[in-house]
Amino acid sequence: MTQAAALVHSSPLPSSSTFRKALRRFTRHRPAMLGLAIVCVFVIAGIFAPALAPYDPDKANFMLARQGPSAEHWLGNDEIGRDMFSRLLYGARLSLLVGLIPVSIGLLIGVPLGLLAGYFGGILDMLAMRLIDIMLAFPGILLAITVSAFLGPGLFNLMISVGIVSIPVYTRLARGSTLAVKEEQFVEAARSIGVSHLRMLRLHILPNILAPLVVQSTLQVASAILSAAALGFLGLGVPPNVTEWGTMLQKGRTYIFTAVHIVMFPGFAIMLVVLGLNLLGDGLRDLLDPRMGR
Amino acid sequence: MTRYIIRRILLVIPVLFGASVLVFGALRLAPGDPAVAIAGELASPELKAQVRKEMGLDQSLPLQYAIYLSKVLQGDLGKSIKTGAPVIAEILDKLPNTILLATTSLTLAALVGILLGVLASVKPYSWIDGGSMTLALLGVSMPVFWLGLMLMIFFAVLLPRWLGLPGPIFPPTGSGTWQHLVMPTITLAATSMAILARMTRATMLEVLRQDYVRTARAKGLRERAVVFGHALRNALIPVVTIMGLQFGILLSGAVLTETVFAWPGIGRLLVDSISYRDYPMVQGIILFIAVGFTFVNLAVDILYAFLDPRIRYA
Repeated sequence: MTQAAALVHSSPLPSSSTFRKALRRFTRHRPAMLGLAIVCVFVIAGIFAPALAPYDPDKANFMLARQGPSAEHWLGNDEIGRDMFSRLLYGARLSLLVGLIPVSIGLLIGVPLGLLAGYFGGILDMLAMRLIDIMLAFPGILLAITVSAFLGPGLFNLMISVGIVSIPVYTRLARGSTLAVKEEQFVEAARSIGVSHLRMLRLHILPNILAPLVVQSTLQVASAILSAAALGFLGLGVPPNVTEWGTMLQKGRTYIFTAVHIVMFPGFAIMLVVLGLNLLGDGLRDLLDPRMGR
Repeated sequence: MTRYIIRRILLVIPVLFGASVLVFGALRLAPGDPAVAIAGELASPELKAQVRKEMGLDQSLPLQYAIYLSKVLQGDLGKSIKTGAPVIAEILDKLPNTILLATTSLTLAALVGILLGVLASVKPYSWIDGGSMTLALLGVSMPVFWLGLMLMIFFAVLLPRWLGLPGPIFPPTGSGTWQHLVMPTITLAATSMAILARMTRATMLEVLRQDYVRTARAKGLRERAVVFGHALRNALIPVVTIMGLQFGILLSGAVLTETVFAWPGIGRLLVDSISYRDYPMVQGIILFIAVGFTFVNLAVDILYAFLDPRIRYA
């Protein structure tokens, strides 16, 4: 084996023992484990909502409108008497969707764009970065508000709006990591034995920039859930017949002084799941990518 | 330095151009006829035709954009469908309220955030560190609008009830007095405060390990002088940059905060205009915020280059 080929094979991908060590360290990281537990509860609640919900989340009962928590309705009833607990469970299902799909959109567009920009550099890099600068000129959720305002409300449009916001984050991260990795010796060695660009990106660069991307994705799901809830609160989210936490808050805020539980529980649910994802993301960062945590 | 500033200013031009194309294109790319979107579904065919002509929709897209851009460059962002007033006049009317809210929020966030960060870094892994960082974590995890609603319940219902007061401690909605500012300021400051606290703690921990801090301690300086006189001053450079970038977070947070507290700023104007389908107003506000944010970022970058020479020679 030539020296270059030996270096290519020594590309610093984690071995199974490194993985086991990381897993052991992760299980000892208490905040991360707490975050994982919260996220698991949320995922289970979302997936098994139809089985877990004691009532039909859409069934109104005006006799029970704005009733506080009771033995029959643990978290009370909303402004038209629907069971809050059942609605929160179904809302978890939707939040799971608006957390994962927009982040996938961001990953699928942002990562290849950042990889190509960082790897090839030159005019491609310049164009990609200017495009990202333009998107970043719309701060925070303003880009999502812009897209939603013109596309109109709806689940599909909500996911597109929130997804677009995460593209710049991934492009910048993938580009920065690619720039660092492409200077490594094993990349130079691979290049010297004539590895094609596609193979280089797929087998040598992408696997070595995965750690920060995984960490960012966890934090990005949290951010997507917050953005989707904010759009729901502004009336730019899902249609009224879909159960979503932000929209529940928007509808309930009229009764804030008479039926606190209608606004308290959905907001608390959002905070809890976002907190779980942030704890998990921070923990993963400490373990997978110590440089980012500094 | 001059070369860096010129290069940085030149980079703003494609960003502003792109932002204007995006805002212009958003209405055109939206499903349906832009004239119907602006005049409304129920408008007469004559009105729709008039809107089409006024907007130049009978022209080619590049020509439409050229007309739009030339108007924007002259400060003409169109007229509000709701009030008929020039969009720019309405924005400038509401802007001082948003700037006031953003300024008070950033001040509160900086004071509390930096203090929490310093306290946490001086005694890492103590209960003060744990408490401060838990608070910071809650700050970044809490939906801004929900925090606003919870503060409303606390200051307008619960606290007056516990203290036996007849009315709310701070007015839950509106503007005009300093009391109106309290709840929106806390709400808007929460996220930025959390970010600044985490950032200050991280940079302070780094700085406190430096040799010059050890020297300062070795020569017998009091701990307070070491922390505030030597460590914090150096740790503040990256924190100041983050503070500049908080402006964007504050602007998008203002949209939600102003909606919760009926604060008459441009954030609430944007939300009202979206629900009224006042598209020229929506376009105008979004472009205005994007341009403003781009210039604030430019100012922060230039300021940072003054503070840290490594940036301008990079």
